[in-house]
Formats: sequence, C-alpha cells, structure tokens
Amino acid sequence: MKKVLSPLFIVAVLALIPYVGVEYAGLDYLFGVVIPYMAAGVLVLGVAYRLVDWLRRPVPYTITSTCGQEKSLDWIRQDRIESPSKRWHAVVRVLSEVLFFRSLFRNNKAELRKGPDLVYGSHKWLWLAGLVFHWSLLVIVLRHARFFYYALPWPIGIIEGVDRFLDVTVPALYITDITVLLGVSYLVFRRLQDAKMRILSLQTDYFPLFLIIGIVLAGISMRYVTKVDVMPVKSLAMGLTEFSLEPPERIGALFYVHLFLVCSLAIYFPFSKLMHMGAIFISPTRIMLNNSREKQHKNPWNTPIRFRTYTEYEEEFRDKMKKAGIPVEKE
Amino acid sequence: MSQYLPKVDELKKELNEKPGVLKGDYSKKEWWELPFEFRDGNFCWPAKPEVVEELGFPNPRKWVATDEDWKLPDGWQKTLKDAMKERFKKYRTLKLYLDSCVRCGACADKCHFFLGTGDPKNMPVLRAELVRSVYRNDFPMVEKILKGFAGARKLDMHVLKEWYMYFYQCTECRRCSVFCPMGIDTAEITMMVREILQLIGINNNWILAPVANCNRTGNHLGIEPHTFKQNIESLVDDIEDITGVTVNPTFNRKGAEILFITPSGDVFGDPGVYTMMGYMLLFEHIGLDYTISTYASEGGNFGLFTSNAMMKKLNAKMYHEAQRLGVKWILGGECGHMWRVVHQYMSTMNGPVDFLEEPVSPITGTKFSNAKAAKMVHIAEFTADLIHNGKLKLDPKRNDHLRTTFHDSCNVARGMGMFEEPRYILNKVCNSFHEMDENTIREQTFCCGSGSGINAEEYMEMRMKGGFPRANAVRKVREKYDVDSLVTICAIDRATLTPLMRYWNPGVSVYGLHELVGNALVMDGEKKRTEDLREEPMAGFDDEGESDA
Repeated sequence: MKKVLSPLFIVAVLALIPYVGVEYAGLDYLFGVVIPYMAAGVLVLGVAYRLVDWLRRPVPYTITSTCGQEKSLDWIRQDRIESPSKRWHAVVRVLSEVLFFRSLFRNNKAELRKGPDLVYGSHKWLWLAGLVFHWSLLVIVLRHARFFYYALPWPIGIIEGVDRFLDVTVPALYITDITVLLGVSYLVFRRLQDAKMRILSLQTDYFPLFLIIGIVLAGISMRYVTKVDVMPVKSLAMGLTEFSLEPPERIGALFYVHLFLVCSLAIYFPFSKLMHMGAIFISPTRIMLNNSREKQHKNPWNTPIRFRTYTEYEEEFRDKMKKAGIPVEKE
Repeated sequence: MSQYLPKVDELKKELNEKPGVLKGDYSKKEWWELPFEFRDGNFCWPAKPEVVEELGFPNPRKWVATDEDWKLPDGWQKTLKDAMKERFKKYRTLKLYLDSCVRCGACADKCHFFLGTGDPKNMPVLRAELVRSVYRNDFPMVEKILKGFAGARKLDMHVLKEWYMYFYQCTECRRCSVFCPMGIDTAEITMMVREILQLIGINNNWILAPVANCNRTGNHLGIEPHTFKQNIESLVDDIEDITGVTVNPTFNRKGAEILFITPSGDVFGDPGVYTMMGYMLLFEHIGLDYTISTYASEGGNFGLFTSNAMMKKLNAKMYHEAQRLGVKWILGGECGHMWRVVHQYMSTMNGPVDFLEEPVSPITGTKFSNAKAAKMVHIAEFTADLIHNGKLKLDPKRNDHLRTTFHDSCNVARGMGMFEEPRYILNKVCNSFHEMDENTIREQTFCCGSGSGINAEEYMEMRMKGGFPRANAVRKVREKYDVDSLVTICAIDRATLTPLMRYWNPGVSVYGLHELVGNALVMDGEKKRTEDLREEPMAGFDDEGESDA
C-alpha cells in the first residue's frame, strides 16, 4: 500500500504548500508569477530536450509491427493501415493511435478456467476510460484558453459551447469536468482492483493520477463551490502571456493550490512517463512502413563484418564436394 | 517422461489450481522481491567452451545456471552498463521504449509465457521493467533523485540471474507489441539483453552451437556438403517411390535462374523433410530453373538470437552465394525467424544488391514488386501466384484424409504481414480448413512456445507451458471440427509443435504447407497415388475408391 499512500501524501503536501504560502506568508508573487514562469520553462525546454534526445538516435532497421496483410500480389487486399506501404498509410495509422487509441481497442482479457481452458473476452474498459480521460483533459486545457485572450478564438468558443451545452448548474456545468473525473477514477480503480495491475504499478503510476485528481478537484471547487472571481485570474493569466512581472491582484488561496499543482505537473512532465505523449508520435513499430523488401532502408552505423566466404568454405570441403559431384571453383 | 518435463496431469493440475491467469499470492510483496530458482526444466544449457571459443566470444568456461558461482569476468557490471549505453546510442527504440511505458497493463495477459506460467515477471511490462529498473538507477535522469519513488535498483547478481531467466522466457514473438498503445516492442529489449549477456559469457548452447555450425558448414545442423546433397537425394528417391516421378534438384549450379534457400530443418528434420519433398515436386511440376546451395544451405538465422553482428554475418552468405552463382533472384522456403531477418533486416544489413534482378515469376510473368530491393520472394507468395494464374494441377481431395487448421508463425505474421497467401494456398489444396479462435490467429497468433532458440530438450517444461495457449486453441478446433492436422509455414514450428501436440493434444500431427501442396499436385507421368508423402493412406484413393476421384 506504500506505493499508493506515499504519492497520495506527496500530492497532499504539494497542495498545502501554496495554501500556507499564500494564506500565511503572502507569497502571492512567488506562486502567481515566479513558479508559473519556471514551470513553463521547464516544461517547454524539458520536452524539447527529450524529443531531440530521442530523435537524434538512429532507427537502424525497419521494425514495423505488421498487424495486417502486407502489400504483395495485386489480387490480395492489403491492409493499408496495419501494414502501411505508403507514407500516408502510416500517418493514418499513427493518428488513429493518437486520436482513437487504435491498438488499445484490440484489448481483450484472457481467463484461465477449469480444464485448464484459456478463453478470451472482449475488454474495452481501459480503452474507453483512457479515451474519455485523455479527450476530456485536452478539452479542459483548450477551454482554459479563455483566460488568456480578450476575445476568445472561435474554435475554442465552439469547444467551450459544446462542453457546457447541458447548462444544468450556475455557472453552467462543463461535461468534461465530470468525464475527466470518471475516467481518472477508473484508471486509479483498475490499478487497485486487479491483481496484475497491483503488482505491476509503481509509485510513479499513481503520482500523476493523484496530481491530476488534485488539480481537477481544486478547479471544480473554484468554479462551482467557492466561485472564485475570475477577473483577477484572467488579468494574471493575460499578464503571464505578455511576460509581465506585475504582482497579481488578490485571488483566493484555492486558486494557488490549483495553479501550483498544475506547475508541479508541468515540471514533472518531461522527466516522467508522461512523455508518452511525445513518444506515441514517433514509435518506430507504428510509424515505419512495411516496405523493407521493396525499398532499401539505410542503417547509419551498419557495422562492417567479416563473414566466411565461399572460397574459405570450398577450401575446407573441396575433396568431399568433388567426391559428391558438387561443382567447385578450383579443381 | 523426462526429468525435464512433468506429466501432463501434473501441469494441468498446476494450471487448474487457482482460477485466473496470475498464479501465487503477491499481496504483501513487490515484484522485485519475488524469489525465482533455476531447476530442471526451466533453463537451457550454456554454450560449451569450445563453441564459445570457435565464435571468438568472451569468457568460455564450463558452468551451468544452477551453479552458485557463474565465473564472471571482473567488472562485469561495467561491461554490461557500457554495452547498454552504447546500444542506447545505436537504437532509438531501446531508449524510447524504456522511457515511454505507462504501465497500462494492456500487454500483461498477452504473453504466452505469462498465460502458461502465471509468473508475474512474464508480463511483458515487468519483463521490460527488469531492465528499466536498472536503467533508472544507472543513467543520469532527474528521477534518479527519487530513486525509491521511481522503482530503481542496482545491477547485481540477483538482477543478472533474473535477466538470464526471463529474457529466455521471451521468444521475441512481438504479440505484446500488437496490443501496446505505444507500440513498445519487447523483442527489441530482449534482443539487447541477450546480446550484451554474450559479452560476459552468459549464453545458450542451443543457440550458439547452431550459430557456430552455420558459420562453418553453412547450416545450423552442421551438415557437410556431401551429406547435405545425399540427404536431399534420399528424399528424391522417396518421392519416386511414392509418386513414380523423378525430380531433379541441382546443387551449387552456376547460371540457374533462381537460388532456393530453406531452413536446414527441412532437409534433415522430421516432419520438415516432407515439406522439402513438396517444394521439389512443385518445382518439377512447373519446370523451374533453380538450384540449391550447400554453402548457403540455411534459411534460418540464429544470429538473430545472438547479436546484431552475428545475424549480419550469417545472413551475408545468401547474397554472396547468389552473386557467385549468377542467379537472378532468391526464393525462400517456409520459416518464421528466417523471414523476420530476410524481410526486415537483410537488405539493410547486406544490401543493396545490384547484381540481382527484380524478382519475376518465370512461369506467370508476375513481378514481385514488393521484393524489388531485397530480391527475395517467399515461397507462399510464389505458389499463391502460380495457383491464382492456374498454373498448377491440383487435386485437393488428395488431402481429404487430413482435417486441417493453420498456425500463423509469429515472425511471418507480425514481422512481415503475410496472412492471406498461405490461407489461399491451403484452401486450394485441401477441403477441410478450419480457423482457430480469432484471438489466437493472424496478428494475434500465439508462439509455439519454443521460438528464438529455446527449442532445447532440457527446457521442455517451460516450452510446454509457453506453448499452452497455442495448444489450447488447437484443442478447441479439434473438439469442434475434429481437426487432426496443424499446418504451419515455419521450420521451428514443425520441430516444436510436434512435441507440443504430443503433450497437450495427442493425435494432432504437424504439417508444412508445401507438404500439402506436394500431396495435392497431379504430376505428369505419375503412378496411381494411394499414399501421401508420409506414406500414409489417402482417403478414397485405395483401389476401390479411385473411380470417383
């Protein structure tokens, strides 16, 4: 249980730090200006560094995972997405991974029954919860843009409008506030409920989940419970986008809890498994084409080797070959 | 039963013991605290000192996994760490796949070794975590500050033994990679670990002995040229006895149009030899101008399970020989890992090959444009094209004594993507093909349990466990459709599924696809056929039943 409780404890401490700092020490400037700039810097530079660090390493061989029929004879139907032979096939393949979690959709569950008998059942819960969670997060991040613009760009306006169309609370309920909580709760629940997941999960798996839960809860409380005044928040956000160093106006401590947890996530991001967000775009088994017999793929370090040549072979076996009537180069 | 294999009832009892796939109780423990032990049946013999010496690999010595002292060279930790660092520079995959796992667990119950053993460290995510935990400890990352937090550990003897155990319980089949949302390929990690373990003399005789043989004699079995030829000639005699037709293979013949290379298991192993007879009947039937080389007499490549350089070295012979003989292109026989190498590595490692031509079928004129660069065509692609163009005279009733299902080989499935050709051929040469459960075929196919060089007698218990998911799927089609013939396009499968079926599904035999082609071919000048290539009676072809055939 330590691996569940200790990340929970860390998140609780992280939430307390800005609360104490703002409420009792008046460190609004530190938590409102200094740390956000720092966190943004670490996130941008860190992610860029990690991506470049991956990309500068070569991919010496074509190791496409072929999950469908290769391009071969004309009359055999190729699976262009799962066995891509053209660039755009692979683009569709990767985008369907990124946008719809295509591989995860294949997921099934193996069960060992008496007999012994192995059976496989459809198991789409992880796919569904993962998709709901990630899409909700994306929508939430995008609609936060309203804090950064005088006039909301129209695409963001549409997203926001759709998100709040239920209009059942005051202010209007965002659907994604509910769905992100449902999604993330299932992701925590399955790590605790399934014996396999319990043993393979690490503290670093629980930590970002708890951190995100903390961020979401603080955000939801501000909007629906404590009803934080958004004007000073907006002027702080706009100031940050203009690299202003003005101190923020008075905003409730809850806002700083929300903001500090977001900053913690941003700082943690480049050094953690959260980098899977970048990795999914460049995973060689998915981005590469299945055309390794059709086109020459180059390995930049193709190590020279010395192999046993035919001449050396014939040297050793010439007599035996001649006796057996196998043609030789040198009689 | 051998000391390396429990009785089938004991293993069934073990699997039945607890419902669910995961065995044992882990509520109080972390995975890195779980004990494991080497015992009869769960490790392979290490390479003999003379084999290691012949290959020029480090640390030849007598040792075995159960020894207390593995007689490792001083500073072995540094050797391994340096070797890892070097490979992180050479392969983006390694770094990316160690960094980006989110431990979502989708791969957990996809591994045949996990399903057969219930051992949590056989979940692909934890198999990679065996390395990842060391990587976190030893490589400069901010997570290092939070060591305990991130699950890092030191590379010590315990970890080394764990690597030796669990990276030989991975057959590099890549089934987990199909389900991984990040596309993480555990085979990449397994290949790296096996490769660096060679550097301190941690190895496997069942892999290195064939590698040494292949280097010297041209094939894994160490067959010298005269014996190689003799054996094929004895198959020619068998073909004549059964069909009355004389086939005429040639050896090392310059000027042939096509060089034919197949795994040496087809030349020497039972039931591979029947597949070889099938190839030769087919080539005779269409009058193919081909030759077989005694020098490049191995399609398989155990270098793939040894090191990148060794794979390249063994593979180089194919193009070298094709150039010497002056053929136009190469035709390859039925094999799994051979085709992983040929399809995904060969042209990169040993190409480009301007001295060969873009493969064209001399019978149908079909251009194999998908093999334009590598200049090597799979026999199933070749045969499917022949059948599609009506060039073969086939009588599928000659396989009516068999009720078949088809096993996709891991490498041909997930490392090449050839699914339709073998099915098309099978449907044309027999009348009784039934697919196994959809979660066990095509890209989701299960390994035979003995691939990647662990097909050793002393490893039988692990092999039967790892092969259990495949055997289980066969059992179901046997119960439902009375299937008695498991058809494959892999020489390792032919060698390993045979004992697997004997153990789990007695009464099911293993066939090569081209053995069934050979059975069905109606040859010019043949005698009245009553027996298949195994000299077993065909159904409805005895003296009375012939009339309606």
